[in-house]
Order: sequence, then structure tokens, then C-alpha cells
Amino acid sequence: MAAPAPTARSWAWLGMLPFTLFALMFLLVPTMFIVVGAFRAEGGGFTLDHVMNLFTPSILAAFSISIRISLASAFLGCVIGFAVACSITVGGLPGWIRGPLLTFSGVASNFAGVPLAFAFLATLGRLGLVTVFLREWFGINIYALGFNLLSFWGLTLTYLFFQIPLMILIVTPALDGLRREWREAAEVLGASRAQYWWMVAFPILWPTLLGTLALLFANAFGAVATAYALTGSSLSIVPIVLFAQIRGDVLQDPHIGYALAFGMIVVTGIGNAFYIWMRSRAERWIK
Amino acid sequence: MAFLDITRLEKFYGTTHVVKDFNLAVEKGEFISFLGPSGCGKTTTLRMVAGFETPSSGSIRIDGRDVVNLRPNQRNIGMVFQAYALFPNLTVAQNIGFGLKVAGRPRAEIDERVREMLGIIHLPELGGRFPFQLSGGQQQRVALARALAIRPKLLLLDEPLSALDAKIRVSLRQEIRAIQKKLGITTIYVTHDQEEALSMSDRIVVMNAGVAEQVGDPFTIYNRPATRFVAGFVGTLNALDAIVTDPATGSITLDGQPIRLNRPIDAAAGASIGLALRPETLALGPRPETDGSLRGTVRDVQFLGSVLRVRVALDGQVVALDSFNTAALRPPAVGDAVEVSFATADVLVSDG
Amino acid sequence: MKPSRIWAWLALAVGALYFALPLIGTIEFSLRMRRGVYSFDAYRAVLSDPQFRATFSFSVFMALMTIVLGVLVIAPTAYWVRLKLPRWRPIVEFITLLPLVVPPIVLVFGYIRLYNTSSWLPLTGTAGGTNLLLLAGYTVLALPYMYRAVDTGLRTIDVATLTEAAQSLGAGWITIMARIILPNIMVAILSGAFLTFAIVIGEFVLAALLNRPAFGPYLQVLGANRAYEPAALAVITFAITWACMGLIQLVTRLQKHTQVPR
Repeated sequence: MAAPAPTARSWAWLGMLPFTLFALMFLLVPTMFIVVGAFRAEGGGFTLDHVMNLFTPSILAAFSISIRISLASAFLGCVIGFAVACSITVGGLPGWIRGPLLTFSGVASNFAGVPLAFAFLATLGRLGLVTVFLREWFGINIYALGFNLLSFWGLTLTYLFFQIPLMILIVTPALDGLRREWREAAEVLGASRAQYWWMVAFPILWPTLLGTLALLFANAFGAVATAYALTGSSLSIVPIVLFAQIRGDVLQDPHIGYALAFGMIVVTGIGNAFYIWMRSRAERWIK
Repeated sequence: MAFLDITRLEKFYGTTHVVKDFNLAVEKGEFISFLGPSGCGKTTTLRMVAGFETPSSGSIRIDGRDVVNLRPNQRNIGMVFQAYALFPNLTVAQNIGFGLKVAGRPRAEIDERVREMLGIIHLPELGGRFPFQLSGGQQQRVALARALAIRPKLLLLDEPLSALDAKIRVSLRQEIRAIQKKLGITTIYVTHDQEEALSMSDRIVVMNAGVAEQVGDPFTIYNRPATRFVAGFVGTLNALDAIVTDPATGSITLDGQPIRLNRPIDAAAGASIGLALRPETLALGPRPETDGSLRGTVRDVQFLGSVLRVRVALDGQVVALDSFNTAALRPPAVGDAVEVSFATADVLVSDG
Repeated sequence: MKPSRIWAWLALAVGALYFALPLIGTIEFSLRMRRGVYSFDAYRAVLSDPQFRATFSFSVFMALMTIVLGVLVIAPTAYWVRLKLPRWRPIVEFITLLPLVVPPIVLVFGYIRLYNTSSWLPLTGTAGGTNLLLLAGYTVLALPYMYRAVDTGLRTIDVATLTEAAQSLGAGWITIMARIILPNIMVAILSGAFLTFAIVIGEFVLAALLNRPAFGPYLQVLGANRAYEPAALAVITFAITWACMGLIQLVTRLQKHTQVPR
């Protein structure tokens, strides 16, 4: 292939063709297909019936518990991950902890899905290590106390295993970006540590924190494998309901599936829109 | 008692001795520079005054009060950092008002002080901008205003100009000095740039390897350096070796050429001594008013704009000399045999 | 000791406990297959299962293909955007981030409806077509990580100058891409590749809904029917993930040694 002649400049977009084609075929059009399908009536034409079908108690309950689990795991993941990241960056822990911790975070943030469910079953399931240990050594039966791995808190606790490391991975560079001079300048101007964090550090970190919260939320909201392997279909969170729909709907009306999927996009979309909006407010001072 | 009194200050990092027996008394309103190469301990000393480092031993008294055990936010000090360190999320006005705000001062007082400070740094229009919208020089002026807004007892500047362009550096150092004089604030200025230190300071502390080698006004530091390090670090210098022939009259030979200094030298005949000569004290060609001269050949000529730097080879050693550039005079050519003249009073003698 | 440091240690200790316990629990559980004693029976059972071998090698193959397709689609695009079309950059970045927002299950649902047997492109009609669809889906999942890695790699080299230098020596586009650009961003591509591998190897939703015999669905079925083997498999998967991350660290460190310090 020869180098392009000078006039080829206007044809530069041709180089984007493979990527554009790929993105259209396997990302954008399938997603749009779902969105359009949610509003298309049986014989063609526009309808709100499918979306209205979402407003039944069982589906609303599924959305509600999904959103609550995602919010809880995203929020706790943010807070705990932030605390750990702080302890290795500005908390004054020895430097050798940092490398292994970040590597481990890389591993754990990708250790999701089915194996993670197994790990938690082996730990906090009815025969799990911790369950048995607490029962035999301390006489505490956590299941008798109302704990259940196949529940809101059980799933949240499991999700945290990949949410916290993801937060650590994202927020550590941001904490490194806090320059020592800012803290020192604030200090020498008479600010207490709390005043420095409140007036300088947090506002600077805000965009990153919000973005990570939105990402963690979407991450938990779309997760199927862990929940499915953990609970089968006994816990009706949205992705599992959709999963069951897709598996069983071949001959049924697929439109409730469209509507469910559309609902999922709307929820993660709202999460991200909220993030973009907050970010534009928080980021006025960035180039 | 002086306004700022540093006595017997020592600092160790592990086993590394970074500041050794540092003593300094600064009067109110004085402008002091710490000058030295990187790693000489000047910044560490400044940070101990600010409270970011704890001295291993010794005392620091500001206005009669020992501050060693006070946290930085209790010392009432203004500080300007090398890399501006403006808070990027706050506007210029909010940056300047930060110190007053954390002190819980009323809004009106903060606004008033911010306006006053913006006037002092000649940026009255820029209060609403964010730091990224300012040039480096403007940012550093805002940083200065922020440090001064809390009316500190002491102003510390840690290489504030080293991140800026050469031109801005010169204009800003005049501005800093003018503001300092106007407010009469006691100031310590850390720099590795001798030109800055010489042009701004009331007194200079030249530091090397944790030791204050010499403390004195710029004139003394430059013309009467106490140690070979000071002589070499401040200004350019010809360092030459000579042999003593008669210590009583100050007769020596330099690459075989006799020179008579007309003052006694503290060395035995036949001993080797070090001489130091500033390039600007040497002149090309014979001069009636000077009493020393050397002969050599021109090794090379550097044209530096207003100044010509000519390097003349003696028998083995080389001396550099500066002369002002004048359009009427052609510079010497390489290989020319020339005579270099100087006043023997300008020759600095150090032993060995 | 400063109080802040005590808090830091405490935060770290709680974190370590939370992360160590499931791992210890899994390992302990995986060794309990034989009554009364610890043994590697579960591992032996898993490794000798022909289904394990079949699904595992299928997933490894898919992972490798995903890496190849990912590099082919993403590397030239990222290069082209940097070189010629910087204005496309926000759009391309937005698209590469979309997979983090669109849940995988929605994506695969779209595939199933769009490419079913009665559609204009009946990919799901044949095993080969479905594999292709799965491959594309995996590439989409890997898009955010791969693009970021490659783009970071490109940022460290001067793309325009390298290209012009190669052109002035008479190289064509394919030569430039294969001989100049790719070798220079190899480390970035490798770290993206290992991450992709870790994601694809245990992936469940896409494979399950497209009905392909991959490792993820096998894990799930096994988990529903057996007690100890799943724990052993979880340990194995964790080890693979760890190896991938270790390899990323290794190649990054190797690159630092070969690079001239800036």
C-alpha cells in the first residue's frame, strides 16, 4: 500500500471505518434495537404498553432491590476503598505495602462472576469456613441471627469484593495527584487538617469520586454471574429476571424483555447523567 | 534580641546530617536569602522555620517565642512555594482569602483584604479567575498575595521564581522586593540563583553541605568570599594555582610568570597556593592604573551580547576575562598573543 | 505514633481480613473433599473431567481470539485518531466507555434479537456464527480496557514523528503499523491483553445466553451440582487472574528497564 497523496487528507475518515462498523454492529445498533423494541407495538408503530408492563409489583420489586444493592455496594465500596487508598497514600503507611496492595486490587477487581460466588459460599455459606468457625468456637449461628448470603446484605457483601478494589485502583492515582504543597500551603495559612480536606482536597477529588460511584453502581447493577451462581433465581434482581426471560422467552412475548433491558439502560443512564451533571458543576476550575 | 533567632539548629535524616549547627539572627524587616546548591540544606532549614520539619535539636524563636513545638498552622507564617501551590478549585480571590476564612473572619473584612492584596500585586481585575487561567508569573503573584493576606510575622519564599521564564523572573524579583520593603515584612528567601540572592537581599547566607559557610551583605559575599566554596559558587571565578617565592612581599609565580601582590602571604616559600580572580577584574591589554599582568595566547572568544568572554591560555592554565562589547572594537582573534592586566588587590588568595 | 497512622493500619487490617477470609475459606473448602483429612481430591476430580478440559480450552481459545480482534480493531483506530483525526477523539472515547454503562446482559439480548435465525444476518443459526458473535461481544467487553491501554502506550511515543520518519524512508501504512507502531506499544498492548484474558476466561452471561460451551457456564453448572469441585475451580480461576495481573506488572517493569529515562 502506498502512502496517501496529499489530496487524500479529506479521506482520512476512511481509516475509522473498521472501528465504526464494529461499534455499530456489535454495540450501538444492538443497544438501539433494544430501546426501539421497548416502544414498538406488535404490528409496528409506537406504544408505551411494554414499558407500562414494568410497573407491576414483582418487576418494580426487582428494580428496587437491584438499585438498593447497587447503591449500597457502590457507596460502601467508595467509602471503604477511599479509606484504604487514603491509608496507603496520605496515611503514612510504609511504602512497601502499596505495590502488593495495588496488584491485589487489580486481581480482586477482576475476580468477579461465578468463582466469586463459590468463594463466598465456601466462606459464609451454611457450611462455609467463617460460619462454621463462629458456630463451633463462639456458639454464634449467624444464620439463626437472620444472616443469609442469598439476601440483600449477603449479595452486597459479596459485590464489595470487587467494588472496593476497583475504587482503590481508580482513586489512588487521584490521591497521588493531591500535591503536598496544597496541604502545606493550607496548613501554613492556619487551616486545620479538617479544613484542608473540606475546602481543598475533597472539592478537588469530587469529580473522581462521583465518577467512580457511577461506575461502581453500573458495575453492580449489570452483574449477573455472581448473583446467578450464588442464588440461582431465588433472589429476583433485575438482571436475573431478564436472564430468565431471555432463556425462556423464545416463544413468548419478547417485549417484556425489551422493556426490562430498556429499564436497565435507563437506570445506568440516569446514574451516568447524574454523574456528568455533578461533574460539570464540580469541575468549573479544570481546563 | 533579634526578631527571628535560630540557634544551634541540627537536622538528621536517619544518619544523614543535613543541617549542621545553624545559627542566624534576623532583624525585623530584613530580607535574608539562603543561597546554595541543591541538597545543601537551605530548603530543610526553611521548612523547619515553617514547621513542616522538626529539628533534631536547636531552637527557633520568632518574636521572642520558641516555635519548635508549634504546628505550622499556629506559627502565623506566610509561605510561597516553588510550584505556586494555588488551590486549583478556588478562584484567585478565594485563594487570597483562604487564610482569613479558615480563621473565621467576617466576610466584609475578607473582601476588603482581598481587594487590598489584589491591588498590591497589580492584578485588581483577576479576582474571579481560576488559577489555570493565569500565567505562571500571575499565579506566583497571587501566591504571594495569599501568603501576605494573613499579615504574617514572617514571609518564607522557597525558590518562588525557579519555574518561571527568565524575563518574568527578573521583573518579579524586583516586584517581590518592592512589596517586601513597602510592608516591611521580615523575609527569608531560598534560592540557588546567585543573581537573585545578590540583587534582592539585605544579607545572604551561603550554605553548603548543611553548613552556613558565610553570612554577609551581597557586597561582602561577592567581593570578600570567606571560603573557596563561596568564592566559587557566587559569581564566576578563575581558580589558579601558583607557587610562593617570597611570602613577606607576596611574590609568587603563576605558570612561570612572576606576580608581586605587595602583601604578606600566610605560606612558606615554595608552597603551592590557590588564587582566585573574577573575570570582570581582568582586562585585555596593558593598563597604566593596574599593577599586575600576565601574558598568554587567546584560546577562544565567546560573544555573550553585551559582554565578551575571552579565554587566555597561559603556560598550562587558562584564565577567563570579561570585557564590555563595543562596536568600534574588534574582538581579539584566536591565537593572538595578548597581555592581561589586573589590580593585585583583586587577587583572592586561598591556601592549597 | 500519630493517631492518623493507627487509623491507617486499622483500615488496612479490616480490609485484609475481608479479602483474605473468602480466599482462605475457598482453599480450605476445596481441600475438604475426602472426609476427615485435607486432600487434593477435588482438584484431581476437576482436572480429570473431560468437560473441564473442553470448556477451558474453548475459553482460552476465545480469549486469545478476542485479544487478536481487539488489537486489530483498536490499535489502528487509536493510532489513526492520534495521527489524523484528533477531533474524533471524544466520540471514540465515549464509545469505548459505553460498555461500562450498557450491561452485558442487555448487549447480548440485543445480539440475540438482532442476529437471530429469522433476521437479515442469521449469525445465531450456526455454531461458527454464534462463536463469531461471542467473539465480538467479548471484544466489546474488552473495549474500555484495551483502548485505554493502547492509547496510554501511544501517548508515550511521538506518533507523528515516527510516522513521518518511516514515510520519508519509503514505508507504507502496513509496514508502519506492523514494524514501527505495534512494537513500540507492545507493552501497553500486552497489559491490555492480559486484562482481556482475565475477563474473558471466566465470563458467564454472554456464553450462557449464546449457548456456547465456555468455561463460565461450566463453572455455574458444576456449582449447582457439586460441593467441593467448585471451590477448587474458584481457586484455579483466582490463580489465573493473579497470573495475568502478575504478567502485566512484569511486562511493565521490563519496559521501564529498556526505556531511556526521561
